Amino acid sequence: MSPEHWTRPSRPDERDRIADTAVPAATSATPTREQVIAGLRATSEGGADLVQLLTPEGQRVSHPDFDIDITDEQLRGMYRDMVLVRRADREGNALQRQGQLGIWVPLLGQEAAQIGAGRALRPQDMAFPSYREHGVAWCRGIDPTELLGIFRGTDHGSWDPNETGMGLYTIVIGNQCVNATGYAMGQKFEGKVGNSGDDAAANEATMVFFGDGATSQGDVHEGMVWASVYDAPVVFFCQNNQWAISEPTERQSRVPLYERAKGYGFPGIRVDGNDVLASLAVSRWAMNEARQGNGPLLIEAFTYRMDAHTTSDDATRYRMGDELEAWKLKDPIERLRVHLLREGIADQDFLDGVETEADELAARFRQFCVDMPDPPPERIFSAAYAEESPVVAAQREDYLDYLSGFADSGHDTEGSVR
Amino acid sequence: MAAPTMESTGSSTTSTQTVTIAKGLNMALRNAMERDPKVLVMGEDVGKLGGVFRITDGLQKDFGEHRVLDTPLAESGIIGTAIGLAMRGFRPVCEIQFDGFIFPGFDQIVSQLSKMHYRSQGKVKVPVVIRVPFGGGIGAVEHHSESPESLFAHVAGLKVVSCSNPVDAYWMLQQAIDCDDPVLFFEPKRRYWEKGRLDPEAEHLPMVSSAVLRTGTDVTVATYGPMVKTCMDAATAAEEDGNDIEVIDLRSLSPLDLGPVAESVRRTGRLVVVSESPSESSVTSEVATRVQQECFYSLEAPVLRVNGFDTPYPPSKLEEGYLPDLDRVLDAVDRSLAY
Repeated sequence: MSPEHWTRPSRPDERDRIADTAVPAATSATPTREQVIAGLRATSEGGADLVQLLTPEGQRVSHPDFDIDITDEQLRGMYRDMVLVRRADREGNALQRQGQLGIWVPLLGQEAAQIGAGRALRPQDMAFPSYREHGVAWCRGIDPTELLGIFRGTDHGSWDPNETGMGLYTIVIGNQCVNATGYAMGQKFEGKVGNSGDDAAANEATMVFFGDGATSQGDVHEGMVWASVYDAPVVFFCQNNQWAISEPTERQSRVPLYERAKGYGFPGIRVDGNDVLASLAVSRWAMNEARQGNGPLLIEAFTYRMDAHTTSDDATRYRMGDELEAWKLKDPIERLRVHLLREGIADQDFLDGVETEADELAARFRQFCVDMPDPPPERIFSAAYAEESPVVAAQREDYLDYLSGFADSGHDTEGSVR
Repeated sequence: MAAPTMESTGSSTTSTQTVTIAKGLNMALRNAMERDPKVLVMGEDVGKLGGVFRITDGLQKDFGEHRVLDTPLAESGIIGTAIGLAMRGFRPVCEIQFDGFIFPGFDQIVSQLSKMHYRSQGKVKVPVVIRVPFGGGIGAVEHHSESPESLFAHVAGLKVVSCSNPVDAYWMLQQAIDCDDPVLFFEPKRRYWEKGRLDPEAEHLPMVSSAVLRTGTDVTVATYGPMVKTCMDAATAAEEDGNDIEVIDLRSLSPLDLGPVAESVRRTGRLVVVSESPSESSVTSEVATRVQQECFYSLEAPVLRVNGFDTPYPPSKLEEGYLPDLDRVLDAVDRSLAY
């Protein structure tokens, strides 16, 4: 297991080999010291080039290429971001379990990757998400309640991509990579890239989010080809969370994913995706490069999906609990909490305040969810076309007529609370 | 209703000129690009070469490489980046080189292009035009002669149109570019060099409308694209047998404008629907279904169809048999009249 070929922590079928290297197999929920070390190696051996600025123990370390200027207030802000986003995420899971949502897509464990990337975006930049980007949405000013409609089944995405600078969630894996590249080409065609002097602050770039599984899709390849031949100002931000539902990353690739950039002729960086400082530093650098006209770039955020793929998935069928336990020791929030306290950047009062705020967010999130009305039936037909289709208009009229025939028999055609 | 396009070409003015369908399309693109700097042309070989059918000839020279993009050979990339460009406010006109090459882009068309407006409830518009040279009769190898329009007519969120003559080529392409919905624009490639009289200042029909090209009293024939000429020829030939055929060019395949067809069938009592595509679950099926619903008591015969066969497109030595021709159309007309 050379560092170059290390892509993820150990799996059951590797247990014997790991045992050979003197790391005992998992026997309980509490990891052994050896497992802790093996777990740490999982991140630090994510490749010799892994960028890390905050160790899992909360130690600030330097990196020759990617250091970062950051104020204490910004550090506290990112802690707050991660805690609040995780809290909304956990509430989403709970709401699904209680029947209030059809499904929830957990982001647990990927907070640092997403908050670091999201906080590197400027208002004029554009983000193209997949469907797990609750942390990025948070950074774009999209309230977590705006995500609920997708998972409750009342809409396909409620926010305005033009106002928020974030596209709607994209569920077909990898599709957004070509859309983002096209958008970035447009930024370039409009002269919003590579300006200097007074215009430099208005330079724009695009960041597109996808996972390790998506890297096998043709659209990711085509997006990278197009971005490279048009020098598009796009940053490909791949969250390698080790699992594409049940398939490990090595089912997608022979090489570490960041190395694929080489084949397209642009830089690829692997960053510790559980280290919010590193994610921010690398994302800032990459977005600046793209805004200056040096795009595209690829970032592989090496992280871990600590929950199942979705609430419909059962991760215990394909991975062992000790893997999760090992990654818990590299929790993105915990390492920043330790760092803030140790360095005196935040005190217990601050942490308690964030917890209180998280409680309030969770309560508001929950209440918003249970209060959401079902959309009225005419919503089926709304905005299928920009110019109304006579076919759709006729179908709407027929269907509403049909429904009105039930009015006397107690069928309610208006929106009703579930 | 405005005068049908083909009939209106008779009213000659000083601006009237004789052009091919190919030229009409080229003029339309040029006009649209001159009118709106956000209009882009993109596709494989559309720049320096002017496209394999020369539809985009001269555009890159005059509008530059940032408005006429020679793209990588990747149809999902063409459609997918056009969507991103449209989200940014551009109006991309994509060329798919041949009908059978559209399928690598099918995912982006169905999963993103057609659904973006609905998903966002109108907050995001994707005014992308996808030009597709379609149909057979050119003696080509596999994948170069297909008629996939019904696949797209089936997809909600897309408009699907087809031109059959230079006047429609000129106007409908500009209308498609102006349209805020995504439009699949099917061009009858074997008719690219057919000529007609185009008056750019004359009245013209809206994009979503069918047109009665020839009035008649005995049988209605509804068709579109490359089969329009075949059916017009058939109608002329039928005159010798004393049969008076009304020919309707459907022009818009989704949505269909069946008002003129229904009006015609109420007079003739008979309908034959013609297209090159395979017949199962096709545009011709839709026309047949809806006309029998609307004109049930007027019909003197079942609605008949003349299509390509439900096989993959054959090797070109067999395509004459596969493609509906004048005789097959007349055979259907005779069968309809014999009921």
